[in-house]
Amino acid sequence: MRSLELAKRNFREVWRDPLSLGITVGLPVLLLLVLQLFGSVDPFFTPTVLAPGIVLFGFVMLMFSSAMILSRDRESAFFSRLLTAPVRARDFVAAYSLPYLPVAILQGILLFAIGLFLGLEVSGSVVLVILVLLVTSIFYIGLGMVLGSLLPLAPLSGAYAVVLLLTIFGGAWMDLEAIGGVFQSVGNALPFAHALDATRDVMVEGAGFGAIATDFYWVLGYTVVAVALALVFFRRKMTE
Amino acid sequence: MSQADEGNSFAIQTTSISRTFGDLTAVDGIDLNVEHGELFSLLGPNGAGKTTTIKMLCCLLKPTGGTATIMGHDIQKDPLSVKSVIDVSPQETAIAERLNAWENLTLMAGLHGLDKQAARERSGELLEMMALDGRAKEKVKNYSGGMKRRLSIAMALVSDPQVLFLDEPTLGLDPQSRRAIWEHIEHLKGEKTVVLTTHYLEEADALADRVAIIDEGKIVALGTPKDLKESIAGDQVLVVEAALTDDAVDALRKLYPVVRRTESGVEIEGEAANIYDIQDVLRPRGITIDSTFKKQTTLDDVFLRLTGKQLRE
Repeated sequence: MRSLELAKRNFREVWRDPLSLGITVGLPVLLLLVLQLFGSVDPFFTPTVLAPGIVLFGFVMLMFSSAMILSRDRESAFFSRLLTAPVRARDFVAAYSLPYLPVAILQGILLFAIGLFLGLEVSGSVVLVILVLLVTSIFYIGLGMVLGSLLPLAPLSGAYAVVLLLTIFGGAWMDLEAIGGVFQSVGNALPFAHALDATRDVMVEGAGFGAIATDFYWVLGYTVVAVALALVFFRRKMTE
Repeated sequence: MSQADEGNSFAIQTTSISRTFGDLTAVDGIDLNVEHGELFSLLGPNGAGKTTTIKMLCCLLKPTGGTATIMGHDIQKDPLSVKSVIDVSPQETAIAERLNAWENLTLMAGLHGLDKQAARERSGELLEMMALDGRAKEKVKNYSGGMKRRLSIAMALVSDPQVLFLDEPTLGLDPQSRRAIWEHIEHLKGEKTVVLTTHYLEEADALADRVAIIDEGKIVALGTPKDLKESIAGDQVLVVEAALTDDAVDALRKLYPVVRRTESGVEIEGEAANIYDIQDVLRPRGITIDSTFKKQTTLDDVFLRLTGKQLRE
């Protein structure tokens, strides 16, 4: 598989940038450690309730990081060289996405391990939690590929802020029902609240797949669209 | 030779290939045939359309008119097949700065489908050939400009392409590094079809089998360097250094078809230029000649004659 060589290079780029990797993996952990201190005051801040939202926050950082490496490459002559190789658009997108899956898994493991140490409880299936979070991470990485294909490096931080706000106000960290109105409708149309609801339902209430199927397929649909758009936009960039 | 290439006597054929960017026509209906194993140079100033032509031939830019075939594969209909027989060293040094030289080479080898063993062997050979083997495991961001450029060319050779595009391979390098790269390019002559773009006339003169002079997106002359030079002046230019008046220059222009004003006097093209006839023109005007000498015609002279501009303007 030709794209594997490029995936290896991108993997090295990720792991040889300790600052960026540290921020991507470390910041969500730090956030969990600090916010859970308020758990005795408000049950929202207990690790079980906090962890899924913080995982999504970590995925936003992952999206930013994956978008940045693609956008930075696109602005370089090295990218032109890559495009002259006999490699298809789908292989390029895979090569830029794959290295972030281990980072997403590392993020999840670290957060849940620390969460368990602090009292996090998983009532339902761990496998189901992993499945929901894996699909969600692919959605964010796919979104990163879309942004990296479309935007130059400079406006990426703006896009990052927008996705972060959408994640927070789209239901990941705010109760949409409590806000109501347009916010609730928009939030429910986006995938963030669904990803969070599915994860929390399994973790806190021990829900099975049937109970979270709607939320799961909602996120899966967004993931398919994000990956398809990444392919379309990348293909367009290959021959201008 | 590939199946698509059977019966096709040219490695590269372009048919009225054009590219516009809005109102700007960067490449204007170029027709070219490049033979197998030929080292072909596109010579022209910055902005002449050389890089745009290369980018279209490498399937990085879509032509807005015409098309081209590389080893029989159409660049628009079958870009993947084109990419499997070509490689390119882009104008800017195109390397992954955070990787070392070995990793850069094996990455490109992998992308071009070489297996691990072949990638290792080929990378080792090229590192040695480009004298980079001593620092192969060092991050390339610490390399000098010349080393980076040598690595960039090595990366274009790792797939052992049938057609190699070298876009300004020595741009911005010191003379010593430039000469070292010329030696490597000379080794490729006859083995691969090489298209070399440059605005260094001495580079095209020294290396190319044939040269296409390109200006404002059009081919203005095509031939061997020798033919091109002979076509304008029988290979010679007479340089006359003297404090010339406009009237004297006009009088010389009545004698010879091509007289160029320079800072120190004039340059007269053609073997017919004769010092006695020139003295006959200058003496009555009270002008004495400081010095005269003959110089070989260069491709710069050819370019100047054909376009009215100098290559390095």
